[in-house]
Amino acid sequence: MSAAGPLSGAPVLEVEELAVTFSRKGEAPVRAVDGVSFDVAPGETIGLVGESGCGKSVTSLAVMGLLPKRGVSVTGSVRFNGQELVGAGDSMLRRLRGADMAMVFQDPLSSLNPTVPIGTQVTEVLLEHREMDRKEASREAVVLLDKVGIPDPVRRLKEYPHQLSGGMRQRALIAMSLACSPRLLIADEPTTALDVTIQAQILELLKELVVDTGTALVMITHDLGVVAGLCDRVHVMYAGKIIESAERHELFARPRQPYTGGLLASVPRLDASRGTPLRPIRGSARDAIPWTQGCAFAPRCDNAQDDCLTEVSGEIVPLEYDGPGRELRCRHPLEYPQAPPGATALGAAR
Amino acid sequence: MTAGAGTEEPLLRVRGLKVHFPIKRGIVFDRTVGHVRAVDGVDLDIDRGSTYGLVGESGCGKSTLGRAILRLEEPTAGEVVFDGTDVASLKGEPLRQMRQRMQMVFQDPLGSLDPRQNVESLLSEPLHAHGLGGGKAGIAEKVRTLLDAVGLPAAALRRYPHEFSGGQRQRIGIARAVALEPDLLIADEPVSALDVSVQAQVLNLLEELQERLGLTYLVIAHDLAVVRHISDVVGVMYLGSLVEQAPADDLYEQPLHPYTRSLMSAVPVPDPVVEETRERILLAGDLPSPADPPSGCRFHTRCPWRQPTRCDDEVPLLRELAPGRLVSCHWAEEIRDGALLPKSAEEVAASMGASVRATGSGRIETDALVQGVDQPIERR
Ligand SMILES: Nc1ncnc2c1ncn2[C@@H]1O[C@H](COP(=O)(O)OP(=O)(O)OP(=O)(O)O)[C@@H](O)[C@H]1O
Ligand SMILES: Nc1ncnc2c1ncn2[C@@H]1O[C@H](COP(=O)(O)OP(=O)(O)OP(=O)(O)O)[C@@H](O)[C@H]1O
Ligand code: SF4
Ligand code: SF4
Ligand SMILES: [Mg+2]
Ligand SMILES: [Mg+2]
Repeated sequence: MSAAGPLSGAPVLEVEELAVTFSRKGEAPVRAVDGVSFDVAPGETIGLVGESGCGKSVTSLAVMGLLPKRGVSVTGSVRFNGQELVGAGDSMLRRLRGADMAMVFQDPLSSLNPTVPIGTQVTEVLLEHREMDRKEASREAVVLLDKVGIPDPVRRLKEYPHQLSGGMRQRALIAMSLACSPRLLIADEPTTALDVTIQAQILELLKELVVDTGTALVMITHDLGVVAGLCDRVHVMYAGKIIESAERHELFARPRQPYTGGLLASVPRLDASRGTPLRPIRGSARDAIPWTQGCAFAPRCDNAQDDCLTEVSGEIVPLEYDGPGRELRCRHPLEYPQAPPGATALGAAR
Repeated sequence: MTAGAGTEEPLLRVRGLKVHFPIKRGIVFDRTVGHVRAVDGVDLDIDRGSTYGLVGESGCGKSTLGRAILRLEEPTAGEVVFDGTDVASLKGEPLRQMRQRMQMVFQDPLGSLDPRQNVESLLSEPLHAHGLGGGKAGIAEKVRTLLDAVGLPAAALRRYPHEFSGGQRQRIGIARAVALEPDLLIADEPVSALDVSVQAQVLNLLEELQERLGLTYLVIAHDLAVVRHISDVVGVMYLGSLVEQAPADDLYEQPLHPYTRSLMSAVPVPDPVVEETRERILLAGDLPSPADPPSGCRFHTRCPWRQPTRCDDEVPLLRELAPGRLVSCHWAEEIRDGALLPKSAEEVAASMGASVRATGSGRIETDALVQGVDQPIERR
């Protein structure tokens, strides 16, 4: 697969050196996202993965222009179809959201209005962004609910969010986000709250969407299994920075960053036999040190050496070219001996 | 540790266990309008020193089963025999002593640890309460040993739960549960609130403690990969009943029940090569309501192998298909031997009376859904 993804073309979204800092009176400012860059082409699915608190959601909110203005500073560049969004006016952002770019959240209940029937919520999006009258809009709403696999859509339109199951609510939300055939869809842990059999249905739905409509999809998840099945390219985040980027086969077969390798060695795999040991990463994400002092992963890293500290090397560990289609932020990455023919992908990593 | 377990009396024996919750309606008079059959006739045995893993989707009754074993929930019917004694017959002091031998670890360690108590007090409290540990000095010594066993530094003693990360809090919860030297530890979703890298630490700790202390585990989790990793025997639950039970490796090699097969095929594997080549059995629809479970085989509304006879009207019993392999499906042999083939999700939906949607391209979309099966359940 080429570095540009399956359907190369001008990227829909280009994020460059995005940084988000929260500051509260009397507290030290928190840099939640720290110089993140990536882009997504039409029909491409990229994954942002990492553990709790690494900055995935803040990144997506910053891209959508959904962060509060007060106490938050956003720097860097977010270009949608070439148009700069950082610093853009509210009215323009509002016009783009829902029409050209849409977002699906983890908890569908909190992003649906509990006092308004599902149908009204879908038609409202249509009325706002597409030139339709009420009648056309409700007809289109039925089509949309049907498209995402909600049975008996005519009846469902009259129901309130609490009357739907978790999986149905997530479908309703996806239906709303599709109302205007967005060019970009950001899905933030869309299946984390769902059962696996329902997750499989929703992931299948998202896959079809990308293929059928050429939407660019940014999938945010902590689940490496979801990434393995869905994403063309993967960006692994740690403490606000991307620490490794690669095409998915490459990443899973030969993770280079010790953190990525550690994650893969710590997940129990369904296809591993009983007694296969897990190799946890020591400590927790709370042990991260500020990037200005050194590699944030250093306190947990088995490969760490003195030059992983800024004091010694004189610079923050940079994200650098690491072979075709790969980028890496690490001074002492995992190395692979010449892979014996037929070795399984993970055999090499473990 | 499990050697010779087959001949011994199991540590825990559950027979015909049912827990039904009444559904109440009405403001003035609390009328009971029905029952949620959270656990509806479960049999299981857990051998000494082994780990039994209970897996199933949200609401299938896993936690209720665990709580009923500890008698934190009063069973509607059935018996729980712990080390030869029927737990239901116990009252007062003997019940208290029995409970000491069965401890529980919860999903959310923060919610189950008193935020105002420091770690020392959290760990010594159960020892005091049960008159164990042998005096002040003895208890202090024991608490230090416990901390060490779960991999926390002695400095942790003076700190409070909120000062710890999720994984460390789970370690405290585990230390508290093993303080009373129980025989059986019931762990309800012990790692599902934790980050992956930390999950592995806690799973390894549980295994290490089992080996060291000779513990018997009932591990409850919705994550099949976690359950398969840690368990000797796995039980799969669907709508209040066990549909399959098997040694962990056998279950993966050859799942026998259609639900197990689809559950297994839905669990993502962190390996693109596997993801691209494996068989995926998409299920139609959502979990039916346990207040109004389907007749016959409870899985028949979603089952890709459903047959015109028996499935809809005859309840399948959990039966032994091969040594150690229990399954409750009328057609398990035929399905195993490949004599019956699965239908796709849309065919299942269509056979249940839901419409199948065709797209403009003439292609049939996946997973049309079964109607009316996703009503929310009212709580008591
Ligand atoms: N409004 C806010 N004020 C201050 N800090 C914040 C705010 N929102 C997020 N943060 C901090 O920013 C960091 C990144 O948070 P974010 O929600 O992006 O994490 P995440 O990767 O999405 O994690 P999760 O997997 O738990 O959803 C965290 O340390 C968080 O505490
Ligand atoms: N106290 C209660 N009163 C009424 N219904 C209850 C009560 N406790 C549980 N239930 C219902 O019983 C069923 C089984 O619940 P239980 O919590 O045992 O499921 P579970 O398998 O543990 O699910 P999860 O994976 O979400 O924890 C559910 O439908 C639930 O709504
Ligand atoms: S830069 Fe150093 S500390 Fe950071 S991951 Fe690489 S080897 Fe480990
Ligand atoms: S009894 Fe019938 S419906 Fe139930 S699992 Fe077996 S084949 Fe499917
Ligand atoms: Mg998040
Ligand atoms: Mg539960």
